[in-house]
Amino acid sequence: MTLETASQQSFGQKHVLDLDSFTSQDITHVLDNTLAMEQVLDREIRKVPALRGKTVVTLFYESSTRTRVSFEQAAKILSADVINVSSSGSSTKKGESLYNTALTIQAMQADIIVIRHPHSGAPHFLARQLRSKVINAGDGTHAHPTQSLLDLYTIRKNIGTIEGKKIVIIGDIMYSRVARSNLWGLTKMGARVVLCGPQTLIPNDFLNGHRTEEGHPFAAVEIQTDLDTALKDADVIMALRLQLERQKAGHLPSLREYSQTYGLNARRLAIAKDGALVMHPGPMNEGVEIETDIAHGAQSVIEEQVKSGVAVRMSLLYSMAAGQNLEI
Amino acid sequence: MPLIEKRIQNPVQIERALTRISHEILERNGGGDNVVLVGMHSRGVPLAQRISTAIERFEGIKVPVGKLDIGMYRDDISEKGSPLMKPTDIPSDINGKTVVIIDDVLYTGRSIRAAMDAISDFGRPSQMQLGVLVDRGHRELPIRADYVGKNVPTAKDEDVQVRLMEIDGADEIVITTNNNDMGDKT
Repeated sequence: MTLETASQQSFGQKHVLDLDSFTSQDITHVLDNTLAMEQVLDREIRKVPALRGKTVVTLFYESSTRTRVSFEQAAKILSADVINVSSSGSSTKKGESLYNTALTIQAMQADIIVIRHPHSGAPHFLARQLRSKVINAGDGTHAHPTQSLLDLYTIRKNIGTIEGKKIVIIGDIMYSRVARSNLWGLTKMGARVVLCGPQTLIPNDFLNGHRTEEGHPFAAVEIQTDLDTALKDADVIMALRLQLERQKAGHLPSLREYSQTYGLNARRLAIAKDGALVMHPGPMNEGVEIETDIAHGAQSVIEEQVKSGVAVRMSLLYSMAAGQNLEI
Repeated sequence: MPLIEKRIQNPVQIERALTRISHEILERNGGGDNVVLVGMHSRGVPLAQRISTAIERFEGIKVPVGKLDIGMYRDDISEKGSPLMKPTDIPSDINGKTVVIIDDVLYTGRSIRAAMDAISDFGRPSQMQLGVLVDRGHRELPIRADYVGKNVPTAKDEDVQVRLMEIDGADEIVITTNNNDMGDKT
């Protein structure tokens, strides 16, 4: 191997469980290669042989459209064979455990397993038990690393850099795996993160547990309960989906009140920097956490997030397949 | 680890080789009207640009230059780690054109095979040709170059490095040998 190829090996992850294990170089590597993947998407023949002969299995125990479809499309454009397993149409319905289902899939020689599961930690469990590489496509309220990577990519593409930018994440931080993964991703890339929402939906224990450690990336994360204050000088505004069940659980007095206090509207958007990006991981409750005219307005990059999702996942699959430890 | 480096070409020699290759491309293709140059990242790209500039000087025509990254077409993808890919940019239409692939060093031929696959995904050229600054032998595939700057017989444990002004700040070709066998036994 020449010296050059050795120095270019800058992706050091076997599994993708959350961004907490990623270095900023790992993240940058995935984002840099996403550009080349986007070029493939713009071609007449949208197919490259990079993952020929590899099998990617998507194993979804929760409903999902954009994540599953974009993983499937990403893998197929890279010429991998894709097998989709969903809990409703599989032996899971007959009571098979996650472990046994996963063993079955591994026996089919899956190189990479993409899993979404309602229980936090399920992908970590599989990563410990199986030889296949595992990608977390969302586990409980814990993590959703590929969503964060595509958010990072969208920010970098639109405003050039992430470092030093003020990113305001609004809403249900407590139960949002997107927010948690973004906390890791954004802080590792040097962003200034402000979390804004009602006290009942801010995960203070989680944050404080990390923030006491000296030099921890979360140490500089700000918490703000007043949205108008939080939005001042914001470069990026990320609204989160408010799970409608939260009100029943007693976290909120009413949706109407939430929408008035934390909904993103034209007046509030004007407080942020001119041209600040509006983002949302989807699916949206228009009229609750974000007004329709803002969600589809000039500053919204929400559709772009979905489009970037395919290219980012292609880049990630490629980096993982190119790792030397596909077989142990 | 001691690295022995031997310079085999200087800037003037490299320039002469590129001038000759430019003339050969014109001669072989009856001019440059139907030619598209595609440089392979990294050093094939500036080489292709230099050849295009030379052709413009001789004939007054601009031969389009494309850039190609073969990262997604390699056959050794799980052996070498994840490479950083550079932008691929193929001039809009290569159908019916003569595509001349330009690279710095021709070795096993595997990169060229990948390049041919990649170019085929962009269209159907009437011909593909290959130009390299150095042919160092040791082919593993039935591939040969149409235009060669210099044939350099090498051993497998040697490495040929082409350095170019645009990337490395100087023009030269060197052979490096990893001198592991001499002393240094720890």
